[in-house]
Amino acid sequence: MNRLIRIRRQENKDSLPYYEEFCYEVNDGEARISTVLLELSRPGVRNKAGEQTRPVSWEHSCHQKRCGGCSMIINGEPRLACDTRLSDLKGDVIRLEPLKKFPVVCDLLVDRSAVFERYRELGLYLEEETAYDGYDDETVTEAAFCLQCGLCLEVCPNYHPAGEFLGMSGMTEMAGLLVQAEGDKAGELKKTYRRDVYEGCGKSLSCRNICPAGLDMEMLLARSNRRAWTRR
Amino acid sequence: MGTKDVRVNIIGAGLAGLAAAIRLSQLGVQSRLVSVQPSERAQSNLAEGGINACLDLMGEEDTVEEHIKDTLRGGCFLADEAMVEGLCKEAPEIIRELSGYGVAFARENGRLIQRNFGGQKKKRTAFVKSSTGKVIMASMIKEVRKHERNGMVQRLFHHEYTGLITDKTRDEKARDPGSYMVKCRGVYIRDTYDSSLSALYGPVIIATGGMNGVFEAMTTGTYANTGEVSADLFMRGVRLANLEFIQYHPTTVSISGKRMLISEAARGEGGRLFYYGDNEEKIYFLEDEFGEGGNLMPRDVISKRMDMCGKQVYLDLTQIDGDKWNKRLSDLRREIMYYLSTDPVKEPVPVSPGIHFFMGGIKVGRDHMTNIRGLYAAGECSCAYHGANRLGGNSLLGAIYGGKVAAASAAAIYKDEYIGADDTRKDADDFSDERMKAYLKEPGDKDMELRVRMRKLLASALSVVRKEAEIEAAIRQTDSLLKEAEDLGACIRTLSLLMLSKAMLVSAYGRKESRGAHNLAEYPKQAEEYGKNSTVAIEDGRIRLSYEYPGEYCE
Repeated sequence: MNRLIRIRRQENKDSLPYYEEFCYEVNDGEARISTVLLELSRPGVRNKAGEQTRPVSWEHSCHQKRCGGCSMIINGEPRLACDTRLSDLKGDVIRLEPLKKFPVVCDLLVDRSAVFERYRELGLYLEEETAYDGYDDETVTEAAFCLQCGLCLEVCPNYHPAGEFLGMSGMTEMAGLLVQAEGDKAGELKKTYRRDVYEGCGKSLSCRNICPAGLDMEMLLARSNRRAWTRR
Repeated sequence: MGTKDVRVNIIGAGLAGLAAAIRLSQLGVQSRLVSVQPSERAQSNLAEGGINACLDLMGEEDTVEEHIKDTLRGGCFLADEAMVEGLCKEAPEIIRELSGYGVAFARENGRLIQRNFGGQKKKRTAFVKSSTGKVIMASMIKEVRKHERNGMVQRLFHHEYTGLITDKTRDEKARDPGSYMVKCRGVYIRDTYDSSLSALYGPVIIATGGMNGVFEAMTTGTYANTGEVSADLFMRGVRLANLEFIQYHPTTVSISGKRMLISEAARGEGGRLFYYGDNEEKIYFLEDEFGEGGNLMPRDVISKRMDMCGKQVYLDLTQIDGDKWNKRLSDLRREIMYYLSTDPVKEPVPVSPGIHFFMGGIKVGRDHMTNIRGLYAAGECSCAYHGANRLGGNSLLGAIYGGKVAAASAAAIYKDEYIGADDTRKDADDFSDERMKAYLKEPGDKDMELRVRMRKLLASALSVVRKEAEIEAAIRQTDSLLKEAEDLGACIRTLSLLMLSKAMLVSAYGRKESRGAHNLAEYPKQAEEYGKNSTVAIEDGRIRLSYEYPGEYCE
């Protein structure tokens, strides 16, 4: 069976975007969008008209939902390419577009480095070594499973890379720190959390069920909110 | 970008790279951490079962000496004893450090617990569910961030290695007055977003991971670990060792685009391997041969049995109790259900051996220095601790420890040999290095076709049990592929990968025995005269194979 893939392409950050169509022959019932993109990113790839075209750029690494690299918009929905089976996509055409919240570098490859730079600026780390004292290790571990893929940021009406609000992946980056930080650092992190997570979140819950790692976002959010407003 | 300042340059931001950056900061040495993708995408995040350290918390009277012995025996006595000793002695301290960075290792009633793992009789593997690597990375990333903020670490995301900056100087220490020493002065990198080039000066630590790209789509690892850096360094005169030892993990499954690992933790928690006999009875072949601990024999031993039995083998996890699934393996169950549409709690999972780890790689001494002064390697790209077969739980440990040792060694020569001395000489800033310029050429469609053909050749010749004649034939075919590649004007990255592939074949052909992950059908026994590490080097454009006793190179 052949599937038609329509990709929003852009040669570099300054050039104009356009759409290009590709035909993909499905030989593998388990084929995922990541499988398709492996083919379409090879040198010598041909478009639907049979013309040789520029290989498609995208970010990818693990191909099993563990690295968060291949975030993109698939048929209008933010998803990981490796978490999307072709057989789950209805309709004649599969539309692939880059995330809209981040600057396009090339095709489906976007620059998410602002997210990480923000974490550095805000000092999201432990100042002192932590020691286990019966702390809430469930939260620490659950939060550590966050892929930093950015899908929750993409669907959030309140998140923008240039804004203060860190989004839910910023919340997960802080959740464990709020449990483990001590002294002045704990106070500083709580203050940051209140300003850049708690106050920024519009409680729209649009991030519900978007997380490809299946994080219990509401549990993490509720516990972190409480920690940021109380002693512990 | 400030290229003028001299720092230690770390290529790769996985576990070994992060560990090196932290250690350098602690020693007061500034570093740059260069990676194509952020650390969240690194293969280290895929490590599952745990990290080994003798903490003796499980009431089994475990000792560091046993960890050392198990590691040496698991590696079939090819690893250097002193290096393994250093690794195992440091392991408890590494667990303590990781806990301090925020890793919440699994506990019961407040006490840290450890699980069984392959090739070790004692419960020695600290873990977090079946996602130990991911959780360790999350904490290490934050720890490095602290040093980024205080100016000790400069991160360069979306940059790739494009070449090494070296000097040839007269070696004053050498006995032969005419001999020269090659010294690493820095590294060229390219911004993958805007293609701009930089020359970074200072010692270089390579932490680029395993050579997955040589077997693309056939490994349990990431696509990001292309092996291209190892291949380029090889062509630039860096020696590689033990390339014939490729770990086939016993329990992997094929999914679209790659192989997926089912963690050894599944067997550590009670999983059993079996195949169906003629009367549909379950034959637990490993328990039959090795007794109770059969399912936790070293990976090389199990993969070889699976390959030779000629049957579909199943991983039976149905006897693991619900509490263990919930507390220790919930993530593993979720992953199996998603990718295989089967519930391992209810049904055995068909598995087969798949390429998982490269024991061989860039040859380093005890200080993790390569044969080029000021150039180090750590993590899976290096050949250090694992001999002919790596034990489960030793890879995270080896990556962190190797990163720390490389960092300390680089720091030790940084002030005397780099600050001041080289600071004024920036002659690489003109980017005139021919090999570097050629490296910038990206592979085309002909390159991809050549790589696919090479991959098929290798996968067949370097399978679990190998045949001498097949390896020999593959070497000849590689030579013709190389010639074809040159005639077609293949890019230098492809030519280097082909040479690296050939070096793997040559290493496998040279070892007339079966040891660890290298099984030669014609020579099924381990032979004492091969109790040495193979080394490959490029000399006058040809691959030269030699052997050294463990530790010989280090002294």
